[in-house]
Amino acid sequence: MTVELALVLVPLLLAPAAALWPGGRGRAWLVPLGAAAHLSLVLVALEGPPPPAGAWLAIDPLGRVALPLVSGLFFVCSLYLPAYLAGQPDRPNRLFCAALLAFLAMMTLSIVSQHLGLLWVALEANTLASAPLLYFKQNPRSLEATWKYLLLGAIGIALALLGTFFLAYAGLQAGREGSLLTATLLIDAPRLSRPWLHTAFVLLLVGYGTKMGLAPMHTWKPDAYGEAPGLVGALLAGGLTTCAFLALLRFYQLCAVAGEGAFARELFVAMGLLSMAVAGVFMARQRDFKRMLAYSSVEHMGILLLGIGLGGLATFGALLHLVNNTLTKGVLFLAAANIHRSYGSKSLDEVSGALRRVPASGALFLGGFFAATGSPPFGHFLSEFTILRGAVATGRPGVAAAFLLLLFVVFVGMGGTVLAVAQGTPREPLPSSGYRDGPGTVGPAAALLLAELVLGVWVPPWLDQALRAAALFVETGR
Amino acid sequence: MSSAVDPLLVLVLLMNFLPLGTSRLRAAINATALQGVLLGVLTVLVHGGLAPRPALVAASVVAIKGAFIPWLLHRALRDASIRRETEPYVSFVASLLLGALALGAAVLFTDRLPLAPEHRGSLLVPASLATVLTGFLLLCTRRKAITQVVGYLVLENGVFIMGLTLHDAMPSLVEVGVLLDLLVATFVIGIVIGHLNRALASQDVASLDALKE
Repeated sequence: MTVELALVLVPLLLAPAAALWPGGRGRAWLVPLGAAAHLSLVLVALEGPPPPAGAWLAIDPLGRVALPLVSGLFFVCSLYLPAYLAGQPDRPNRLFCAALLAFLAMMTLSIVSQHLGLLWVALEANTLASAPLLYFKQNPRSLEATWKYLLLGAIGIALALLGTFFLAYAGLQAGREGSLLTATLLIDAPRLSRPWLHTAFVLLLVGYGTKMGLAPMHTWKPDAYGEAPGLVGALLAGGLTTCAFLALLRFYQLCAVAGEGAFARELFVAMGLLSMAVAGVFMARQRDFKRMLAYSSVEHMGILLLGIGLGGLATFGALLHLVNNTLTKGVLFLAAANIHRSYGSKSLDEVSGALRRVPASGALFLGGFFAATGSPPFGHFLSEFTILRGAVATGRPGVAAAFLLLLFVVFVGMGGTVLAVAQGTPREPLPSSGYRDGPGTVGPAAALLLAELVLGVWVPPWLDQALRAAALFVETGR
Repeated sequence: MSSAVDPLLVLVLLMNFLPLGTSRLRAAINATALQGVLLGVLTVLVHGGLAPRPALVAASVVAIKGAFIPWLLHRALRDASIRRETEPYVSFVASLLLGALALGAAVLFTDRLPLAPEHRGSLLVPASLATVLTGFLLLCTRRKAITQVVGYLVLENGVFIMGLTLHDAMPSLVEVGVLLDLLVATFVIGIVIGHLNRALASQDVASLDALKE
C-alpha cells in the first residue's frame, strides 16, 4: 500500500470507528488521534521518493504545499474539538465526529488525486460529509443553511462533472485514447480541441468556483459559515476552499500548458476582483460577526484568483496567500466561536467588549482581523504585497490600483464590525453562559496566529522552496 | 451506435418540457422517472450490445433514477401533503417558451463544437446541453423544495447524457461516481426535506429567508 493511499484510508476507516464508539467523551478524543496519525503520515510522505509515473494517487508540487497545510489545520482544529464538545454535553456527537474524519479523508483524496474523475468524486463526497457538520446544531436556521449549502454545492459539483466530461471529450479529440490522468493530459494539452477546452474551463470555473465560494456563486457561504460551529467554519474556510482552489489550479495549469493561459487568466482576474468587490460591499455594516468572516473568505478567494490570473511573481504570492489564508481563517473562526459561546449571540446587538469579557479570545479575534486585512507584520502583508508587485511588474497598474482600493474598503468594513465586537464594555445584564477561556479553547487559535506572525517575518527555506516549485508547476506543468 | 438512440433522445427532450409546463408535482416526478428509464436504455444502445459492464450500469440507472429516487420523492410529497407548485417565479407558459429557447441554444452551441466522427449528426450533445439548461431553468424559477430537487435531477440527467459520449474513454469510476452522487445527494436532500417539513411546517423555499442581509 502506498503512503498516499494510507493517508486517505486512515481517517476514512477511523470514521466508522468513531460512529461505533460508545462514549461521547472518548469519541471526541478519537478525532485528534486520527488527525495526529494523519499529520505524521503526511510528514513521512513528504520525505518519501516520488511515486511512479501514471499513479492515480501522488503528491505533486501543489500537493506538497496543500497537504501539510490542510492536515496541520485539521490537527489544530481537532485539538479544539474535545473542549468544544465538552461545552455541548447533551448534543449527540456520533455523526459529527465520524463526518469530521470522513471530511479529512476526502480533502486528502482531492489533494493527492492525479485523476480528474477521482478528484471530482473526492470533492463530491466532501460536500456530503460536510452536511452533518453544518447541521450539528439541528435548529431551523442551521437547517436552512444546510439546505442552501447542499443545493448550491450539488449544482456546482454537477457542473464540474460536466466540465470534466467536456475536458475528457477534448482529450478524445486529441486523437489519443482519452485519459483523465493529469500527466497524460499535460502531454496532450497542446493538441486539445480549443472549443471543448474553453467550454470545459468555464464550466469547471463555475462548478469548483461554487465550492470555493467565489462571487457571484458565494451566496451559500454567509449562511453556512454563519450557522456552522466555529470549528467547522475554520475547516471549510481554511481547508475545503484550499482543496477547491487546488482543483481549479489543475485545470488552469492545463489551459496554460495548452497555450490558452491568457484566456484563463483574464477570467481569473475578472472573477477575483468581482469577489473582492462583492465582499467589500457586503462586509460594510455587517451586524453578524460570523457572516462577516464568510465575506472575508470570499474576499480572500478573490485575492487567490487574482494572483494566479496576474501570473509570474503574483503566482508565488497567491500560493503564499493560500498558506496565510488557511492559518488566519483558523484563528478567526475559532476565536469567533469562543466569543459566540460566551455571549450566546453572534450579533452586534448583544456582543461588545469581548476584550473585557473573554480577553484571550477577544485579543485573538482582533489579531486575526489585523492578520486577515494584511497589516504588517503578519504573513498576509507579505503575500498581498507580492501580488501587488506582480500586478505592477506585468504592466497592470489599473488592476494594482483596484486591488489596493478594494483591500482598503475591506479593511474599513471589516474593522467596523471587529472593533465593535472587541472594544467597549459588555452590555449589562448579561447572563453567564458558563464559558471561560481555557487552554483547550484558546490554545489552538493562538498557535495558528503565532504561525501566521512567524510567516510575516520569515518564510522557512523549505516552504519557500515548496512554493516556488508549486508556482513553476502551475505555470509550466513541470 | 443504434439507430434508436435519436428517437429516444427526442423522448428525453419531451420529458424536459413536462416539469416546465405543469404545476402537478406528481407528473413532474414521473417525468424524471421516465427520463431515468430512458437513460438506462440509452446506456445499452450507445454501448451497442449487452456487454456485462454497460448492462450493469444501465440496470443501476433504471433502478436509481427510474425507481428509487422517484419513490423517495413521492414519499416526501405524501408526507408534506402538497400536490402542486403554486406561484412559480416564472409562469408555466413562459417556462415552456424558455425551455424551447434553451433547446435552440443547445443546438446552435453544438454546431460550434467540433465533434468526433461517430457523434456527428447525433442528438447526444445537444440533448445533453438542453437538458442541463432545463434543469437550471427549473432550479431558478421554482419555489418548492421538491420542484428544486426535480430540477436538480433533470440537470444531472443532462450531465449523464454527456457522459454517454465518452463510454469508451471514461473509466467505470466516473460512471459509478455519477450514480453514487445521484443516490446520495437526493437521499440527503430528501432527508433534509423531511426535516424542512417538520421544522418549518412548509416546503416553500421562499420561506427560507431567515438568513439574509
